[in-house]
Amino acid sequence: MLSYFFKRLGLAAAIVSVAMFLLFCMIYLIPGDPASVALGPRATEEMRAALREKMGLNQPVLVQFWNFYIGAWTGDLGDEVLSGRPVTTVVFEQLPYTLALIVGGITWSVALGIPLGCWAAVSRGSWADRVVGILSVAVIAVPSFVIAIYALLIFAVELRWLPAIGAGEPGDLGDQLTHLILPSLAVGLGWVGYIARMVRASMLEVLEASHIRTARAFGLPDRTITFRYALSIAILPTVTLLGVGIGQMLSSAVFAEIVFARPGVGKLVYDAILTRNFPIVTGTVLITTVLFVLLNLLADLIIGALDPRVRSSF
Amino acid sequence: MAELWRPIRKILREPLGALGLFLVLFVIFGAVFADLLTSWDPTKINPRDRFQGPSANHLMGTDQLGRDLFARVLHGGRIALFVALVSTAVSLVIGIVLGLIAGYGPRWLDNLMILLFDAMKSFPTVMLALALVTLMGPSLTAVMVVVVLVTVPGYARIIRTQTIALKTSEYVTAAQSMGASSARILRVHILPNVIGPLVILASMDIPVVIGIEAGMSFLGLGVRPPTPSWGSILNDGFTNIRDTAWIAIAGGVPIIITTLGFTFLGETLRDVFDPRLKGR
Repeated sequence: MLSYFFKRLGLAAAIVSVAMFLLFCMIYLIPGDPASVALGPRATEEMRAALREKMGLNQPVLVQFWNFYIGAWTGDLGDEVLSGRPVTTVVFEQLPYTLALIVGGITWSVALGIPLGCWAAVSRGSWADRVVGILSVAVIAVPSFVIAIYALLIFAVELRWLPAIGAGEPGDLGDQLTHLILPSLAVGLGWVGYIARMVRASMLEVLEASHIRTARAFGLPDRTITFRYALSIAILPTVTLLGVGIGQMLSSAVFAEIVFARPGVGKLVYDAILTRNFPIVTGTVLITTVLFVLLNLLADLIIGALDPRVRSSF
Repeated sequence: MAELWRPIRKILREPLGALGLFLVLFVIFGAVFADLLTSWDPTKINPRDRFQGPSANHLMGTDQLGRDLFARVLHGGRIALFVALVSTAVSLVIGIVLGLIAGYGPRWLDNLMILLFDAMKSFPTVMLALALVTLMGPSLTAVMVVVVLVTVPGYARIIRTQTIALKTSEYVTAAQSMGASSARILRVHILPNVIGPLVILASMDIPVVIGIEAGMSFLGLGVRPPTPSWGSILNDGFTNIRDTAWIAIAGGVPIIITTLGFTFLGETLRDVFDPRLKGR
């Protein structure tokens, strides 16, 4: 297990390093100079030169990459252009809101997806199975921002059941949760489909397994077999799926934050683009990427701990 | 002709496939014949007619500037389909080339490329899009670059895995021993055998691509105004959601219809032609 852990950790570090390199190349290869982008069209040549000096853009490319790389690993992603605060601080202030949104999305997708998938598998071939199948495909297909807008339109603007904007009063947990319902639904709805399909497929596989047949032969009730013996194994792949899903949920969260005017990293980047606050953009991209890689690592380690076959195949 | 009919009949036999095909043809028809279906100019501003509901004159009503929404939706369909087709084609070509190189080339190159693909896939899509647009400025090209960056790693990986599987097959070894060059082996013996599943996967990616274009245009990072895109219409609807729901409906429903149509069609294609891919 320990060697699997270190191998997997090394791979994650390598992926993050390459991702940093790609991000750096992107900044470099694309025409346009970050200093001019940050200062806007009305800046004088002296202002640009001063900012280039301050951002270290006059140094050789390799030196710049090295500084960027070392800085990133030690948590120094530079300072924000306007206020001069460290990018890391600014991003980590906003990150909890986004994480709350993603946890909300996962809650929706697991709470709806696992029972639906289970139901479809147990009633295989029936109309219920078909309906769940079509619904799963449908919610996967429709982009999350369309769901966000229609959720806003129906439940907040027309019916007025739930609040439309903001993250709720600080300190008032009930209010914050009410504000979380619609945005997290928009983030999680597509994943209801993925999880339902995944659980259905692995459930069908598990129900054929010999230990389930044995349980049946012993005369255990269907309910016990389904929920105690089959489901506990059938939901394992969901963990991996969620690891991958978090990256996509991060993308959906950006839209949900903008549509519902919630604070969070998505809103942060979006506003940063409008104000040409360049270090914030790269910093957030990097931090969310690292987060995504880490969560994938965590999902793989959980699976590795639960399933020895995964460890040996690595 | 019969060759062409058989797959279509197979698709039509599945209710979901028939529905998907119908929806896709419906959307393509609207985009192609946009100029014949409406006489309104999608960019013509008409302040006196703003925020109108659907009527015989304006089939879907008008937006906050009095522009005809039906005309904007039809022309928006052109943008969506154009981006979907062009960028998917570009991704396929790049993905195939990179996949063949990774699968057939030396081991170290393969490892390096896999690492590169994994790193590219680890950027959250929207974050990557936001970063790119900050650098490039909003445009349709930026949208297509994002689509290519997001989809290429997946295509390349599929091609790579299959190339590796075929590399040691007997007929490839036979061709090698007869002195065929690597380029010829890849082109004649490997490519035709690996391309089928890829085309099906790409067709299933089309709704994703349409979602990326609409999403970026929704954020104001895609097409520039006044060019209509479903995403920018949806954004107009979002901005004016307290005045009227019609704009949001006009922008969102075509996105839903198109993504559902292509998804149903893609799923049926996969089930009919390549059951091995099921569950992906």
